[in-house]
Amino acid sequence: MATASTPARFGKGQRVKVRVGTPPTHFRTPEYIQSKTGVVVALFGSYRNPESLGHGGDGLPMQPLYLVEFDQNHLWENYQGPDRDTLQIEVFENWLEPEIA
Amino acid sequence: MSALSTDHGDHDHAHTGIEEDVELSYYAQRAQAMESLIIEKGMCTAEEIQRMVDTMRRRSPTDGARVVAHAWSDAEFKARLLADAVPALLELGYTLPENTPKVTVVENTDVVHHMVVCTLCSCYPRALLGTPPDWFKSLAYRSRAVVDPRGVMKEFGLNLGNDIEVRVMDSTGPDTRFLVLPRRPAGTEGFSEEELANLVTRDSMIGVTDALSPQPAPAAD
Amino acid sequence: MPKVHDRGGWPNEDPIDQSEHVLSDWEVRVDALHMVLGEKGVRTTDEMRRAIESLELEKYESLGYYEKWTAALEILMLEKGILDSDEIDRRMVQLSQRSG
Repeated sequence: MATASTPARFGKGQRVKVRVGTPPTHFRTPEYIQSKTGVVVALFGSYRNPESLGHGGDGLPMQPLYLVEFDQNHLWENYQGPDRDTLQIEVFENWLEPEIA
Repeated sequence: MSALSTDHGDHDHAHTGIEEDVELSYYAQRAQAMESLIIEKGMCTAEEIQRMVDTMRRRSPTDGARVVAHAWSDAEFKARLLADAVPALLELGYTLPENTPKVTVVENTDVVHHMVVCTLCSCYPRALLGTPPDWFKSLAYRSRAVVDPRGVMKEFGLNLGNDIEVRVMDSTGPDTRFLVLPRRPAGTEGFSEEELANLVTRDSMIGVTDALSPQPAPAAD
Repeated sequence: MPKVHDRGGWPNEDPIDQSEHVLSDWEVRVDALHMVLGEKGVRTTDEMRRAIESLELEKYESLGYYEKWTAALEILMLEKGILDSDEIDRRMVQLSQRSG
């Protein structure tokens, strides 16, 4: 079942930054990771875009989905726990930018 | 008149499983009214709904526990399960309908402990655990699990040291439902899979607790 | 400012209420109804989530879990022209009279 999909832009181990935004549509990128930088730990294939599907659209082109890992002490100002604690979350490619540095 | 009365009277509308002994809330009544109309308009049948109800009621954490026990007992199966859970589950005889969200299994070890939440709604591996507990869907859990996982686990009785990484999985994706493979408890060498499965609680497969420790043998009288 | 459903990290000091309730029949049925309609392509999970997310904050926070599913079902059924609220109102009355 071939449906239009963009090739994955990011690779495993790559540092990525989450875009900031509150689109009027349905979307699945929580505010607590927006503007934050993490590392791609896995590529989860491509899926139809929920921002379109939520409103009866066809969700095309399919977007690559990444499992991104963040350090908890980076996400939260007063995180109660050791520096080694992490959070992993699935993020669509259209919400990610490459992070140099 | 029983809840499943077939006495139509003058009305030619479809039946729903009406609980007649309990006063139903506004939303319960509204749901039943909609179901009745939806069936009447031919969008689906009462039988289809009942089949889905039966499927849902059949599922329970016992399913997940059996998978965990098998993974503990069979290292090669465990490797396959972690690499790609769906074919491994089919191996064990599970039927996973085509539109079932994909289960992804994450393994707890002595260096990392996973805890699963869905901050945006209530995504949960229902195919293996049945319906989620109320607390998993609660605003308190959804808010606190990501920012204070260790505090949440303490409430469930789990205190982890700072030498182990706590990794929260927030299920935001369209397809994946995370299931935690808890650590196999000490003192379970030689246990049968059934004995092992009895130690695997639902909460340990969500990650707010560990699996149970085996009971010490009762002292001789 | 996060949307009503975007709960990660919202200020909340409440202990987790670990009490559980057995799902009542109507709750299981509305869940099953959503699933069946999903299988038939009448509504999608994404649409359902979007509908729940459109509830105003007070409703979102006070309605029970399956009450929200019920509210979402109505939003979608009306949107898709499958039902209208008058006929739902009428059917509610009919069903309550029948069981009365």
